[in-house]
Amino acid sequence: MTEFWGTGLGIFVIILAQCLALAGFVLITLVFLVYGDRKIWAAVQMRRGPNVVGAFGLLQSVADALKYLLKEIVIPAGADRSVFILAPAISFILALCAWAVIPFSDGWVVANLNIGILYVFAMSSLEVYGVIMGGWASNSKYAFLGALRSAAQMISYEVSIGFIIIGVLITTGSLNLSEIVRAQDGSAGFFNWYWLPHLPMVVLFFVSALAETNRPPFDLPEAESELVAGYQVEYSSTPFLLFMMGEYAAILLMCALMSILFFGGWLSPIPGLPDGAFWMIAKMGVFFFLFSLVKAVVPRYRYDQLMRLGWKVFLPISLGWVAVSGLFAHYGWFYGSYARWAIGG
Amino acid sequence: MSLIELAFYGFSGVAVFAAFSVVLARNPVHAVLFLILTFLSTAGLFVLMGAEFIAMLLIIVYVGAVAVLFLFVVMMLDVDFAELKAGMARYIPVGLLIGVVLLMALGIQYTTWETSPEAAALRQNETPDMSEVQNSVALGRLIYTKYIFGFQAAGLILLVAMIGAIVLTHRRRTNVKRQDIVAQIYRDPDAAIELRDVKPGSGTE
Repeated sequence: MTEFWGTGLGIFVIILAQCLALAGFVLITLVFLVYGDRKIWAAVQMRRGPNVVGAFGLLQSVADALKYLLKEIVIPAGADRSVFILAPAISFILALCAWAVIPFSDGWVVANLNIGILYVFAMSSLEVYGVIMGGWASNSKYAFLGALRSAAQMISYEVSIGFIIIGVLITTGSLNLSEIVRAQDGSAGFFNWYWLPHLPMVVLFFVSALAETNRPPFDLPEAESELVAGYQVEYSSTPFLLFMMGEYAAILLMCALMSILFFGGWLSPIPGLPDGAFWMIAKMGVFFFLFSLVKAVVPRYRYDQLMRLGWKVFLPISLGWVAVSGLFAHYGWFYGSYARWAIGG
Repeated sequence: MSLIELAFYGFSGVAVFAAFSVVLARNPVHAVLFLILTFLSTAGLFVLMGAEFIAMLLIIVYVGAVAVLFLFVVMMLDVDFAELKAGMARYIPVGLLIGVVLLMALGIQYTTWETSPEAAALRQNETPDMSEVQNSVALGRLIYTKYIFGFQAAGLILLVAMIGAIVLTHRRRTNVKRQDIVAQIYRDPDAAIELRDVKPGSGTE
């Protein structure tokens, strides 16, 4: 039996099992994240939130998912049927695909790609297709307007996310996500992580991540006061569920990226404590809490303000930061904290 | 057949099918979507060849940005399909001519074309040992050292093209109300509000 796992087919089976385990983990987490999200808004708005299905309403999302799955799929008469069905599938599949390169602990990664961060960036830049295809195929003005807004918004904020990532890459000297985390390891624990040298970029990345995932205050593609529900307006039952799951998977991915790029991934904040997947998951939880809190407390932006923020504020700052961190890295200032490859960090 | 061969045939089959569909699709939006599928399967072929950096750049630049703009424009066009099909007969000779020229160029490249004997040696010089460096590192070293002038020139050409496009399309409209965000932020109550003590029955002017 042991030699079977060395053959091509055996390796294929192992990778398939790893993918399934990861997808299962992400999906089950999503079910409870949606619940957590609703509970957090409820707490901010002094409501109880879901509390009927299961203990403390824990199974509310399961009930919702079952409802979505069992309902009839309504396809508008004027819709482009194939694209209409393809759009939510794409946005869901791409959001799951990107998880393949996320390391949960040292070596706990399905595909340890040398260009991991580029892969994640590519997958998240493809997510715009789900939205734009859905909006166009619906053959509805509101859906189309939502899709156009979303396409412009996601492309704009991708640019600054790209520059922020380049800053981190300059400091690390590698595009591998595991290497990025290892480069943040050091005797000072919490203070060795990239949030300190790249402090302004942490804020920029968080805000850009909100815009990239169409979360409030930047949820203009689905602004209900203007566009009813934007690109999702014609979607019901399972396709809508796929859109929603894709959106939450993308949000969770952004939380994972935050913790890997700036907050040391699986490393423990206190030097004595053991590192491990626990820290990674805890950090993702904290960032998800922030995402959720922002949705509850910040009012929605106006569209022109959003574009102005993206192109006239974030883009120059992040581009400037690439030059600044390159300068710091080249001359090894600040005890080489901008050039971890140079000090063997 | 190994998994890699299987993947190769899969990707190339999809690429060829999608490329044909770009031409044959009746709906222009479907054509753009097939074009994107072609890009993606080509990226898969790059990965199989071990050029993962190029593959990701292809996806990020072409699929993630350029094709989105294509899709953007095509979706907003109000295309008349009947007129499109009528034009087909008119433009097909020109299209065929371009096809023949391209085919001949490819034919020459693969049959009678001769590269100088030094070319292969020159190319060999640049290839570092792939077991030691990742291809993003190898590419970076070449682009930023040996080919820095070519690289910068390409960047300048793109910059010029971008500025040209902006100059051609930009027009300053005077009848539009614009927001001055800084002015809005620095507006204070003293400049905007005036408090007056109004006598009953007299009103303000």
